[in-house]
Amino acid sequence: MPASPLPSIATARRRLLNREISPAELIEELDSTMRALNPRLNAFISWDKEAALAAAAHADLSLPLGGIPLAIKDNICVLGQPTRCASRMLDSFVAPYDATAVTQLRAAGAIPFGRTNMDEFAMGSAGENSAYGATLNPAGEAHAPGGSSSGSAAAVASGMALAALGSDTGGSVRQPASHCGVVGLKPTYGRISRYGLVAFASSLDQIGTMTHSVEDAALLLQVLSGHDAKDSTSSREPVADYTAALRTGVRGLRIGLPQEYLSSGNAPAVSAAIERAATTLREQGAELVELSLPHSEAVVAAYYIIACAEASSNLARYDGIRYGYRSPEARGLDDLYSRTRETGFGAEVKRRIILGTYVLSSGFYDAYYAKAQKVRALVAQDFAQAFEKVDLILGPVAPTPAPLLHDQDRSPLQVYLADIYTVPANLAGLPGISIPCPQGGNLPVGVQLLAPHFGEARMLQAAAALEAAWA
Amino acid sequence: MDSPSIDVAYIAGLAKLELTAEEAERFTRDLGQVLDYVAQLEKWDTTGVEPMYHPLPVYDALRADTPSPGLSLDAALANAPAQADSQFRVPKVVESAH
Repeated sequence: MPASPLPSIATARRRLLNREISPAELIEELDSTMRALNPRLNAFISWDKEAALAAAAHADLSLPLGGIPLAIKDNICVLGQPTRCASRMLDSFVAPYDATAVTQLRAAGAIPFGRTNMDEFAMGSAGENSAYGATLNPAGEAHAPGGSSSGSAAAVASGMALAALGSDTGGSVRQPASHCGVVGLKPTYGRISRYGLVAFASSLDQIGTMTHSVEDAALLLQVLSGHDAKDSTSSREPVADYTAALRTGVRGLRIGLPQEYLSSGNAPAVSAAIERAATTLREQGAELVELSLPHSEAVVAAYYIIACAEASSNLARYDGIRYGYRSPEARGLDDLYSRTRETGFGAEVKRRIILGTYVLSSGFYDAYYAKAQKVRALVAQDFAQAFEKVDLILGPVAPTPAPLLHDQDRSPLQVYLADIYTVPANLAGLPGISIPCPQGGNLPVGVQLLAPHFGEARMLQAAAALEAAWA
Repeated sequence: MDSPSIDVAYIAGLAKLELTAEEAERFTRDLGQVLDYVAQLEKWDTTGVEPMYHPLPVYDALRADTPSPGLSLDAALANAPAQADSQFRVPKVVESAH
């Protein structure tokens, strides 16, 4: 591990602008850290130093992210680079275009560098469901880094990346950020274009950022936000000035503390983190308001029905015809589909496709899928009512710190239940951020702030206040 | 709803998945637990509630119908598992008549 404080985007920018280091030297520096640490941590599936150096040769330092290398989750398309979703199904896939998020980063001067490991097709919360092996948590190597953006979190936490893109369908940015001790931001649904993000559950998916600081998160969000003609669900809502908001503090803000989020099932370190965050916010002049989100108990059930239903439809495209893996043993078309999918997908992906197919199948649609979408409306209504009374909501990210790797005692259902604090933001389309909170334990624990739709500026403002108080 | 049970082999067929016997057994057990759990949705009263299929009220988001270049033929075929004559090559679908 590097002895100096881990390099953030902001510090790397200063070094570049002061000519202490050239863009090419910055790539070389990260590459040598990756070569030293990645064989053990397995946070990257691939990286292309030559492509990064070629881009560095033309880096324009006058741009907001000029010369800044950024790691990209393996489910976000980067032109000419493998984009495998950590799946055997896409082992040979090379992206034929850039995701809009990557186009935006390049336009701001950044250099995509490295494809980060993940749970296959973003399905998982420990980083273990990868065809390329599990990622270790840099903060405690016997532990899982969280998931599904496991590699992005571990790359940033270990100093192998200045920052990374992830994706968050049910907590996949915020939860690994909490487990690895970095800042994880999931914006409002539609804030960042999803064009070129490999679809898992289209009404829940959103690209997010994993960074060393709240300032870096604001910087990236500024560049990534905005409407995209290639994604009809991207929003035309004006983009705020996220960096300007950072130093305004929390005096006078009303911050809700849902009673349902203070469960006795939370680990002591998680309860301690929430307690500390509430105290800090109060000391800084915010008013903490107790409130209730009465449908919190229903969120995991609604989420898994909706996410798996959408996944079973989205993943129908992997049929061995146009791209990706094709089984060489198939006899005839139907056999080609089923053998390709049987061999190409890992166990968790198949499990979710089957659940999704079941809840959408004839006779069960109303009982499961339509019912879940109605309960989702009630969950969203809980938040709408809460945000009439408060500016932000404070809560845990996960009920525990990072679990041990390969914990075979946890059934899929037990694993799903741990998503209780992160899935509500996806169901309701709200922005959320995980900020590392010092709480005295051996493993990092994040606290989560949630904001109303497009309330990222205020959310970052409060996150920055917590970060500054805990520095 | 009735006590949940799932015919994994049948559903796998619908999803074009060919499971091993071990997978079928494991998924039956795992998904049985999940379905038992999600059955709790029944207890929430959703009378008169509109299903929320989309998290933001954005409708009819159509762009101008202006032609622009898409992927080139070579780029579109670059990831094909098999190709011939600028087309995806697929197994024979129609059986011969005799």
